[in-house]
Amino acid sequence: MEDVKFLKAIKDGDMLTKLSAVVLGLGSIARGQIIKGLLYLGIEIGFILFMMNKGIYHLQRFMSLGGRQQEKVWNEEKQIFEYIAGDQTVLMLLYGIFVFLFILGFILFLVASVRSSYAAEIDIKEGRKPLSFIEDVKSVFDKKLHLLLMTPPMIGIVTFTLLPLIYMISMAFTSYSIKGEKLTIFEWVGLDNFKEVFTLGSEIGKSFWGVLVWTIVWAIFATSLNYILGMILGLVINRKDTKWKGFWRFCFVLSIAVPQFVSLLVMRTMLQQEGAINIMLRDIGILGAGQSLPFLTDAMWARVTVIVINLWVGIPYTLLQVTGILKNIPEELYEAARVDGANPVTIFWKITLPYMLFVTTPYLITQFTGNINNFNVIYLLSGGAPTPVGSTAGKTDLLITWLYKLTVDKQYFNIGAVIGIITFIVLSIVALVTYHRTGSYKNEEAFM
Amino acid sequence: MEKINVTSSYRTKKIITNIFVHVILAILSFIWVFPVMWIVMTSFRAEQGSYVPYFFPKTYTLDNYRRLFTETSILNFPRMFMNTLIIAIFSCLISTIFVLSVSYCLSRLRFRFRKTFMNMAMIMGLFPGIMSIVAVYYILKALGLSEGAMIRVALILVYSGGSGLGFYISKGFFDTIPRAIDEAAMIDGATKWQVFTRVTVPLSKPIVVFTILTAFIGPWVDFIAAKVICRAEAKYFTVAIGLWNMLEKEYVQAWYTRFAAGAVCISIPIAILFVYLQKFYVNGMGGAVKG
Repeated sequence: MEDVKFLKAIKDGDMLTKLSAVVLGLGSIARGQIIKGLLYLGIEIGFILFMMNKGIYHLQRFMSLGGRQQEKVWNEEKQIFEYIAGDQTVLMLLYGIFVFLFILGFILFLVASVRSSYAAEIDIKEGRKPLSFIEDVKSVFDKKLHLLLMTPPMIGIVTFTLLPLIYMISMAFTSYSIKGEKLTIFEWVGLDNFKEVFTLGSEIGKSFWGVLVWTIVWAIFATSLNYILGMILGLVINRKDTKWKGFWRFCFVLSIAVPQFVSLLVMRTMLQQEGAINIMLRDIGILGAGQSLPFLTDAMWARVTVIVINLWVGIPYTLLQVTGILKNIPEELYEAARVDGANPVTIFWKITLPYMLFVTTPYLITQFTGNINNFNVIYLLSGGAPTPVGSTAGKTDLLITWLYKLTVDKQYFNIGAVIGIITFIVLSIVALVTYHRTGSYKNEEAFM
Repeated sequence: MEKINVTSSYRTKKIITNIFVHVILAILSFIWVFPVMWIVMTSFRAEQGSYVPYFFPKTYTLDNYRRLFTETSILNFPRMFMNTLIIAIFSCLISTIFVLSVSYCLSRLRFRFRKTFMNMAMIMGLFPGIMSIVAVYYILKALGLSEGAMIRVALILVYSGGSGLGFYISKGFFDTIPRAIDEAAMIDGATKWQVFTRVTVPLSKPIVVFTILTAFIGPWVDFIAAKVICRAEAKYFTVAIGLWNMLEKEYVQAWYTRFAAGAVCISIPIAILFVYLQKFYVNGMGGAVKG
């Protein structure tokens, strides 16, 4: 049985095959594959019943959105007010997307029905017997193993990754937000939310540009400092004359082994106004009584603090990553430099760093995208604070933490979705550049 | 005489550099180890409160651990522990099956959706995962999984549902197994299913272990999805939310030392697993740190 394309099957197949696109399984039944054909037919009947019953209704509601508010109706008989439940637009949106996915799934079966009918047709033409149902089942364990192995994970991915994603993206085009009390009933609003986010004058727009700039500044600092300092640390530990290399490495790597939400929450309590570090500084006399350093309360201090603490989190990862590669740098390069009288700093900038950049560019870019999405460090450490009064975004909020606050805490679902889409666009640009760069690197032979 | 002077000054310089390097390393390691040791010391501290102005406790005690596991009226740590354990076991089973199946298909089988699937996986990976957590909650609600005991099922599904997308490392590993082995088995009459279950998986023990362990760790360290899905249902809290709550303003004074004890209990197993997993991290984890 050859693997055939759907269009070829429709074009070259006989009438039965063509009709299999309308009456699923027809071709299979006519060619003696009764059970298979009936299964296809059953799926079609089920689908049609579902569409008649619910599907079309939900699709219509999806197109218009909106809905009925909760109403209070006077009940004469019982002499009380009764509440008629209103609509929840958020469910309309979800059910609409469900129906779209059902239709997509049905189309897949339709294609499969035509293809299997055509395959049986060819088999008969060439004098073979079409596969029996049992043979079909057996093929799922052999030639078509991918059907068996891919289907359950695909269902999981569609339900818990793809569907939520489409759902959230569609929210970006609605008025679903606490603003204007649109939490139960909301409508399609087109690109209004995008306009609001990009307009400097609006309340959200003002926060957005600040957050976007800080996100990029943060990602650049966090990535480059972690990279360079981690590499220097790696070089120092790997020096020929450094003793107890394993011990030093263990000390640094130990911090990765502690879950981030534990270590970062502890740091946060230490950095409070009355936290361990301020009290310690008072005790040793650097600060006067009652004075404290505004680690997480002043905008500038907080930004520096999160970058510094992120060094604590990130340097061990760099260390793990670069140790092996550092050992691979050809010793001749160093020797040649030393003969020419270069000092360690020059050697680092002229030899080590260019070599490492050459080898680890993809790693560096994943680090960069990882830092744009670095939810943990910001959320656990500063929570985005300090937050100006009346604003939804704090001074250390990244796009990702702001997105979390907007959707989970503040219920600006539509704006949150817009921010998510923008984050996606930023990341895609970085990723595209990466693939471009690595593609060009592949053509080069070696560093020297 | 001249020559000896040069070498000795060179040697002093070298010794000074070495001392300098080791002192710096010692200071830095102290900075890195300090917060970790702080947690350990706090967990054995008899004096309560979130801050004491000294590093070593005045009196050592195991009481924090005992009370963490026995006093269950306000924050029930043992139940959180059991919740997380159950969720971790099931989601780890499902994830492992999903990840290995997908990786094997992408590495060994050639089918029409293969390229489409891989491109889709890449694009979906670029969307911030946190973006859809609210949507996931609504979907679970529509499926009737957002109330009562079903919350556990919901969390299992959340941690394992999309796991098929995390195929990169194990696919890479499967790619390195010579195809000749598969072909030899198939000549002997094995079906592809048999090749997968009896040849590829047994040959990939390290990566199977890696997949199992990373999937198992997930629920212990995640607080984002757990917080959104459990909401205020304290009965179904996982360990991460429990520890988080212990640091809330109303609890922190009374619970800080127990928080430290809980943190140590969770960290030690994870640290051991991590030391084991380290070699996989080095060989191509890419490095993006996710929660």
